Amino acid sequence: MDDDLIIGGEKFSSRLIMGTGGAPSLEVLDQALVASGTELTTVAMRRLDPSARGSVLDVLRTRGIKVLPNTAGCFTAGEAVLTARLAREALETNWVKLEVISDERTLLPDPIETFDAAERLVADGFVVLPYIGDDPALARRLEQAGCAAVMPLGAPIGSGLGIRNPHNIELIVEAAGVPVILDAGIGTASDAALAMELGCDAVLLATAVTRAQRPDMMAEAMRSAVRAGRLARLAGRIPRRRYAEASSPMNP
Amino acid sequence: MSHTVPHHDVPVPAGDGSAVPDPPDGTPSGAAPGPSRDALSGYGSAVPDVPDGIPGPLASARRHGPAPDAPYDVLLVGGGIIGLSVAWRAARRGLRVAVVDPAPAGGASHAAAGMLAPVSEVTYTEEPLLRLGLASLARWPAFAAELAADSGHDLDYRAEGTLDVAFGADDLAALDELAAFMGKLGLPFERLTGRECRRLEPMLAPAVRGGLLAPGDAWVDPRRVTRALLSALERLDVTMIHARAAGLEHSGEAVTGVRLAPGSPASGPASGSPGADPAGRVVPARRVILAAGAWSGVLEGLPPRALPPVRPVKGQIMRLRSPEPILRRCVRGVVHGSSVYLVPRGDGELVVGATQEELGFDTRVTAGGLWELLRDARELVPGVTELEVADVVAGLRPGTPDNLPLVGPASPPGLSMATGHHRGGVLLAPLTAALLVDEAGDDEGLAALCSPLRFQEQR
Repeated sequence: MDDDLIIGGEKFSSRLIMGTGGAPSLEVLDQALVASGTELTTVAMRRLDPSARGSVLDVLRTRGIKVLPNTAGCFTAGEAVLTARLAREALETNWVKLEVISDERTLLPDPIETFDAAERLVADGFVVLPYIGDDPALARRLEQAGCAAVMPLGAPIGSGLGIRNPHNIELIVEAAGVPVILDAGIGTASDAALAMELGCDAVLLATAVTRAQRPDMMAEAMRSAVRAGRLARLAGRIPRRRYAEASSPMNP
Repeated sequence: MSHTVPHHDVPVPAGDGSAVPDPPDGTPSGAAPGPSRDALSGYGSAVPDVPDGIPGPLASARRHGPAPDAPYDVLLVGGGIIGLSVAWRAARRGLRVAVVDPAPAGGASHAAAGMLAPVSEVTYTEEPLLRLGLASLARWPAFAAELAADSGHDLDYRAEGTLDVAFGADDLAALDELAAFMGKLGLPFERLTGRECRRLEPMLAPAVRGGLLAPGDAWVDPRRVTRALLSALERLDVTMIHARAAGLEHSGEAVTGVRLAPGSPASGPASGSPGADPAGRVVPARRVILAAGAWSGVLEGLPPRALPPVRPVKGQIMRLRSPEPILRRCVRGVVHGSSVYLVPRGDGELVVGATQEELGFDTRVTAGGLWELLRDARELVPGVTELEVADVVAGLRPGTPDNLPLVGPASPPGLSMATGHHRGGVLLAPLTAALLVDEAGDDEGLAALCSPLRFQEQR
């Protein structure tokens, strides 16, 4: 089945976007990335020298996975814009996952700084994928501002709490004209499947895989879950009913 | 920090070239440009070119030692805790040993906190590293005792365990998960309540919710260890060559020695001899052991596929000081997902570490790095803010793709490796030396776990 994900004019056959944080070693990360089948993976730029040999970037290059630099760890629009520009220079990509955090305790995204940075980055020619709360109004405004996708959270980063407000995710999906990528909060495979069933175009996750007891196995589970959820969405679920409806005729 | 061994002021054996076979046809791909290249057709000719060459017998030659131009039995490239430990064990077995390092006992060994804590640091997917760590931890008491005896130094080796503490509910749940994993692996640990933790360590913050005591973990002062190793090496007549290794020398395929970098610092002021400048010279050896830590991947003269896949992983670390120790044992904690450890010394020093950053060879100490260390340390032990800041430093850990070290014979022949120890160089030093030097049988298959060939075969 031809069912590509298209972001910023670029095609991906995998709808699972991976993060790299939390892996115990590069080898474990490599195995997990391969098992996930991902074609797009985020890398935090703030504590990474892109020119250093043997880094996570080498792993991605070797595997032919597109790098999506992120601005993790930034608290202001100014820092995020600067980080994105440095990443563009170093990695020769104008894609950026925009992440501006409001506080260290929750790591929730700051909507005002995020919007501010998104406007500036779009004007500067970036393909911007902003990480946001599950706020349909903000998602719509960011799309209008020219973002290539929106990335609402399911739950706080690293929490593994799943999708806390599926209703809002559905509202974002309904209104969106750009891909909706469920980002953060995935704990296990059913969370990823649910995101796709709700109509998200892709799922981004890291900790659920990198901190699992068997990261490669969990990565494979996520790959299957994303695919299963996508197929279920396309196939169309049956309506929920209060009472039973026999699947085979009871009275011939 | 530079250490000079006064009795080894003539660092390089004089050679007329006979000890060093001619190089293979052509120039090694990594050979340094410039004057030294001219000497490649006959390595020995480079030596007399140095003004005031090396007169007379080596000061370090032993009474019945071999000719001064004879190759060393073992030549260590790198004088950190790993290189010095291997050199010490090799010299103890009567081998003729030299160490090449512009600043021995520097680098990551100078920065390291010295935790010998394989149990409290156990991680999913890293059972092989745990096996190495436990095997080396078991060797530490004898290693420390023998080194103390050989050097006359106190290493501040202590074996009172690591206390891993948790604060919030999330951190406590993570601690319980870790405890379950330790239990599954059959590791010794005790699960403690918050009050029990504070009975052990009264300076812990009252908010501590619980802890895990790994009673078998130990720690040591790496700076004392490297000082002791240098003293022991001096007593054993090991040659210290205060120069940077530029590349490897070959005969055919085999490695036959190390070429020193032009412009390297000389062997130190104690030598008082301008002729001691070893720049551009070749030190011949039967066996070269690459122990250059984070720099092990950038040595010239190795084909790309033989280069160890070692990358620098930056760690910033602080040393605080108080008149009296404020902790009795190592304390680790995860504060809202961010990990920190505190290592007490007998003299009141308290080590707070450490960041992990992938920034190439950058060793700048940053405001953010120190702030994160202090922020987290203060959550664990509020009293740390009263202490004097004695030292801040950034070191470069030699990271490998699988977090396991590279120890043992490598390819090409004549080359061995003792590198890639990442966060575990101090812990793994005794095992590394044993695997490379001591005859002790490797019943547990540990050598295979850290064989450098595992990467060469993949490529």
